Amino acid sequence: MRLTYPTSFRIIRVPCTGKVDVQHMLRALEKGADGVCIIGCMEGECAYKTGNYRARKRVEQVQRILKAVDIDPERAQMYNLSSSDGPLFGKYAEEMDERIRKLGPNPMKSVQKSAA
Amino acid sequence: MIVADKKPVEEIIEYVKDCEKILILGCNECVTVCEAGGKKEVGVLASTLRMYFANHGHSDAVVDERTLERQCDHEYLEEIRDIADQYDAIVSIACGVGIQFTAEKYHSVPVYPGVNTSFLGVTEQRGLWTERCQACGQCILAHTGGICPVARCAKRLLNGPCGGSSKGKCEINKDLDCAWQLIIDRLKAIDRMDLYEKFFNIKDWSTDRAGGPRKVAREDVQI
Amino acid sequence: MSAKTPSKLEKVMAAGHLGVTSECGPPRGSDPEVIRQKAELLKGYVDAINVTDNQTSVVRTSSLATCIHLKLMGLEPILQMVTRDRNRIALQSDILGAASFDIVNLLCLSGDHQSFGDNPQGQNVHDLDSMQLLWTVRKMRDEGKFLGGDEIKRPPKMFVGAAANPFADPFEIRVPRLAKKIEAGAEFIQTQCIYNLEKFEEWIRQAEERGLTEKCYIMAGVTPFKSAGMAKYMKNRVPGMDVPDDVVKRMSDTPKDKQAEEGVNICVETIQRLKELKGVSGFHIMAIEWEEKVAEIVERAGLLPRPETD
Repeated sequence: MRLTYPTSFRIIRVPCTGKVDVQHMLRALEKGADGVCIIGCMEGECAYKTGNYRARKRVEQVQRILKAVDIDPERAQMYNLSSSDGPLFGKYAEEMDERIRKLGPNPMKSVQKSAA
Repeated sequence: MIVADKKPVEEIIEYVKDCEKILILGCNECVTVCEAGGKKEVGVLASTLRMYFANHGHSDAVVDERTLERQCDHEYLEEIRDIADQYDAIVSIACGVGIQFTAEKYHSVPVYPGVNTSFLGVTEQRGLWTERCQACGQCILAHTGGICPVARCAKRLLNGPCGGSSKGKCEINKDLDCAWQLIIDRLKAIDRMDLYEKFFNIKDWSTDRAGGPRKVAREDVQI
Repeated sequence: MSAKTPSKLEKVMAAGHLGVTSECGPPRGSDPEVIRQKAELLKGYVDAINVTDNQTSVVRTSSLATCIHLKLMGLEPILQMVTRDRNRIALQSDILGAASFDIVNLLCLSGDHQSFGDNPQGQNVHDLDSMQLLWTVRKMRDEGKFLGGDEIKRPPKMFVGAAANPFADPFEIRVPRLAKKIEAGAEFIQTQCIYNLEKFEEWIRQAEERGLTEKCYIMAGVTPFKSAGMAKYMKNRVPGMDVPDDVVKRMSDTPKDKQAEEGVNICVETIQRLKELKGVSGFHIMAIEWEEKVAEIVERAGLLPRPETD
């Protein structure tokens, strides 16, 4: 299909979004990722039944935590799409990229630079 | 098990916001099962605090993670003997027992609670824990079909149910089972309704909280 | 049954008359005039007056103090005591305090849960439950002893009662539960408000079968509806209340300005029907914040004049 998506993305494959824990998302943000975007299967279509629902709840948990430490909760997002829907993946990736660009760099990044 | 619930992170931040070096201390037992104070929760809380400090101009603050097998036994708590003094604060996310024992053992280090210890209960389903025992010190389950009115009746009636029992539910909350309905159903199932007919006389609460801090001293197992 | 205490209420029922009681809720303030005015409305129409003990867990003037006011007016109070707010020390102490004013009727209750009241964050006590309180009062009266075993100088002489709800769930234990209360020491029972007469009659029939009505005076509880709205509220919102649909319908089919009158009619009809029922020894008329209607209900139900006792 030769679709393009923003180069800012680094894709980490997991067997199911249900595998992604709050800890993983927090670690990524703590280490300087500007955003974390979980892309799961359509709701109701999880091969493990509830994996993507769990993921959504965990993303919400991360958002609450970010809010508590004064980091914009928008930096963590959850999307659902069907695995064959490349164009939509591209669209979501663009959307996330735009969102993050508006927010600017993750404040953690500057801290890590100054510490280094 | 002892069931605990996470404290709001804002409250924990308030305790430790002026500290330079913090240890988040988890426990591998009950609080791991109820997902409030195990290794995973230690990781989440530590990450959260590190981000908080970094984002509030305090990026040199150190937040370390450690999870012990138990915090209610000397031998496991000894594992942090060599490092405990380095910290300005320990946030223990074990139950209230673990938090206190840690504070007792490391007398000069402030220890803060990271959870609210809730009750003695069971995992009814993933994410749902419910109370079963209030540790009153004089078990009466033999008389009540194995269901405890002290822990499960809102008025801890020993001769229940009260007039508020409605369709098997408690008057204070429609989602709450009436303990006495459960007792009656159970007594019927084991064909012991004769137990219901017996007046339950005044209970000795001195083995409960009322008698002051309690202890079990067993000479037969003491060395 | 013969009277064992100086209670006028007990004497009336022991002599075979139908007893009549009503209630007076203490005010949410300290003005004794409120108490006196309410009590004045009941004078001569009832044998004794229940004084509620922080009902629905809302703070009010204490039951004991209010009873003393009634006593000083020459009326006979029934001291209600809940086990929610006091431990066994305070309960025994208040029983003696009441006895020192010759308050001779006591109703033992567990009390509504505090979550319903104005202090939902408070602790509750429940050191004893209502049955154990009955047992305690009887021990104090009959053996002249405190729970701790020491002797009481001038033990309390009290006619001891309890509440019963024939309509609460599960129905099958309602009569065994009554039996337990009587075994624990209840000498009279005041029931929850009765609207479902068939169910109440069935309960009394079962109680009679077990010989319970011979051991204890059962006073049927009635409450007049002020409006159709109140009937619906009691049906849907009050735990343990059984208001049949046809009663609600009768109230809502009545024009608004006639509903209060219809509520009183239903109440009077209930008393008239239950007066004839074997096992019923009296009536407890709970006119909630509507004390002025008690006289009319008592009169129309044919319960006047109230018998004299020595």
